[in-house]
Amino acid sequence: MSRSARSCAVAGAFLIAFTGLAAAEAVKLGRPALPEEIKAWDIDVRPDGLGLPEGKGSVSQGEEVFQNNCAACHGEFGEGVGRWPVLAGGQGTLKSERPEKTIGSFWPDTSTVFDYVHRAMPFGAAQTLQPDEVYAIVAYLLYLNDVVPEDYVLSKENFPTIALPNRANFYDDDRETTEKAFWNANPCMKDCKPKVEITSHAAVLDVTPDAGKEGDKPAGAVE
Amino acid sequence: MNQTKPGTRVDRRRFLTLAGLAGAGAATGVRPAAAEATPDPDIVNLPPWTQALGAGVNNHPYGIPSPFEKDVVRREVTWLTASSESSVSFTPLYALDGIITPNGLCFVRHHGGEAEIDPARHHFMIHGMVDKPLVFTMEDIKRMPGRTNRVYFLECAANSGMEWRGAQLNGCQYTHGMIHNVVYTGVPLRAFLEAAGVKSKGKWVLAEGADASAMTRSIPLEKAMDDCLVAWAMNGEALRPEQGYPLRLVVPGWEGNMWIKWLRRIEVGDQPWGQREETSKYTDLLADGRSRRFTFIMDAKSVVTSPSPQAPLRAKGPNVVSGVAWSGRGTITRVDVTLDGGKNWTTARIEGPALPRAMTRFYLDFDWNGEELLLQSRAMDDTGYVQPTKAELRAVRGVNSIYHNNGIQTWLVRGNGEAENVEVS
Repeated sequence: MSRSARSCAVAGAFLIAFTGLAAAEAVKLGRPALPEEIKAWDIDVRPDGLGLPEGKGSVSQGEEVFQNNCAACHGEFGEGVGRWPVLAGGQGTLKSERPEKTIGSFWPDTSTVFDYVHRAMPFGAAQTLQPDEVYAIVAYLLYLNDVVPEDYVLSKENFPTIALPNRANFYDDDRETTEKAFWNANPCMKDCKPKVEITSHAAVLDVTPDAGKEGDKPAGAVE
Repeated sequence: MNQTKPGTRVDRRRFLTLAGLAGAGAATGVRPAAAEATPDPDIVNLPPWTQALGAGVNNHPYGIPSPFEKDVVRREVTWLTASSESSVSFTPLYALDGIITPNGLCFVRHHGGEAEIDPARHHFMIHGMVDKPLVFTMEDIKRMPGRTNRVYFLECAANSGMEWRGAQLNGCQYTHGMIHNVVYTGVPLRAFLEAAGVKSKGKWVLAEGADASAMTRSIPLEKAMDDCLVAWAMNGEALRPEQGYPLRLVVPGWEGNMWIKWLRRIEVGDQPWGQREETSKYTDLLADGRSRRFTFIMDAKSVVTSPSPQAPLRAKGPNVVSGVAWSGRGTITRVDVTLDGGKNWTTARIEGPALPRAMTRFYLDFDWNGEELLLQSRAMDDTGYVQPTKAELRAVRGVNSIYHNNGIQTWLVRGNGEAENVEVS
């Protein structure tokens, strides 16, 4: 590099830094975030794999980690214990009367599994799992959902090649076109329908919390 | 007549008798003779509060409501969720008036419990596609120029979500109480993004909370630069811990999940992050098996808060229908009320401030002759959007979309004044 080119590069770097500083100094508040600080908090992972840490884990390793850390709530096979979330199964149910929305049947992106398990699970002991353990758990969950074979080893490198089955079935909010009829400057005010019938009663279901003693009024009823 | 005081229970038989008496009086325009003949002891005898001294001025250094209002509280429906740390409680809308929700009654939605954060140890970071990543302390934030006060509703995307398949919960606290409306004090998020200098490729921001759920949502940069606030106060005081103390994001008109509590981080990027709360959750499954994503805006909606199942009519004659309306698209311009299940509508009176993306109060004064009512309200906003019926919503979306149920609510008010959550054809 020639001397002039080098001085240009130095000047350029200085200029970029200075521009940034100038913006921050416009309010003269805050301080630069240090790389270590950003690294400590920036654990998010995107669908394109950006943000994945180094590491890998196999289905069988994942099975062990899962039984020790996750199965008490989610069941040995991700089937869910009690009302805790079901993580596997449900494929082909999304158009049914009672859809079962799991990682395999519903989630669009594998990255979300890694990111969410890493940031928020186990429930009550978040961010205690190491990256290799998370890779292993994700591999096991993918196996339970028939996305990868039993001998699969998931890693940072092969992660973006894993596609979840429901990936293509999400689309951006389209209410302004599909629900255009709801914009109506002159809604009906008089004689809008010939008769009205009651089609559904909450009291028949009777699942509202009640005050306990009387049992026939919803909790909080004004007396 | 002390059984009619607020907060004391009235058994069903007595309630019916009183309602009947009041009704009979109202019908003839004359109060019952028996009531005339007996002087009210609360008037002719001095009550203790008129003779003895009350408590001193600092009896409650932080004031609390009258004990007679003890039932006006948040409530939860325990069967809704697997744990109370990732759950929801409901605002007692039926007992409130005006537009401002008292801080202690604002509904609560947590995903990892209520974080208790020392504000001296809280930091707010801006990084990613910015010229200069920055860290702010709470002291820094409160010294920022451009401090703003704004009234906004915050409605959970799942508000009324249990009602998609039919009338289920009996009370507007449960059917509509995942909402609150307060004055926020904060600084536009834009100020922080400008301080850090967003690079030209930056199109989205990721907001993250400091609690055990590390809640995250992707928000388009356009919204972040428009009206989002980084807020530290609600209704004039510090945020309540359950509302994100010491710092939360305010995302006006958009679903409550995006209003990240215990806000600690904003990352700028060139695409959304596909986080759990925008893929597995807060996506809307439609009947064809496909799902809408990024359904951010909360559409125009309203509910009659009184009468309602928790707030029955008590007497014939003059009565007031009271309710609230709101729209994430703008300002409420009109609310219509029907007493006959939607055959005929009357435009209600909007009373008090009608602010953009804020809860708006409406009233309809009416005479009740003891007939059954099928009571509904229908909101309209300044984009011309008219609150649809549940049937109209289901025709587009089916019954499995969980979120964004803004359909018209019906209360059946019976001859005895009691109300029930119903649906009508």
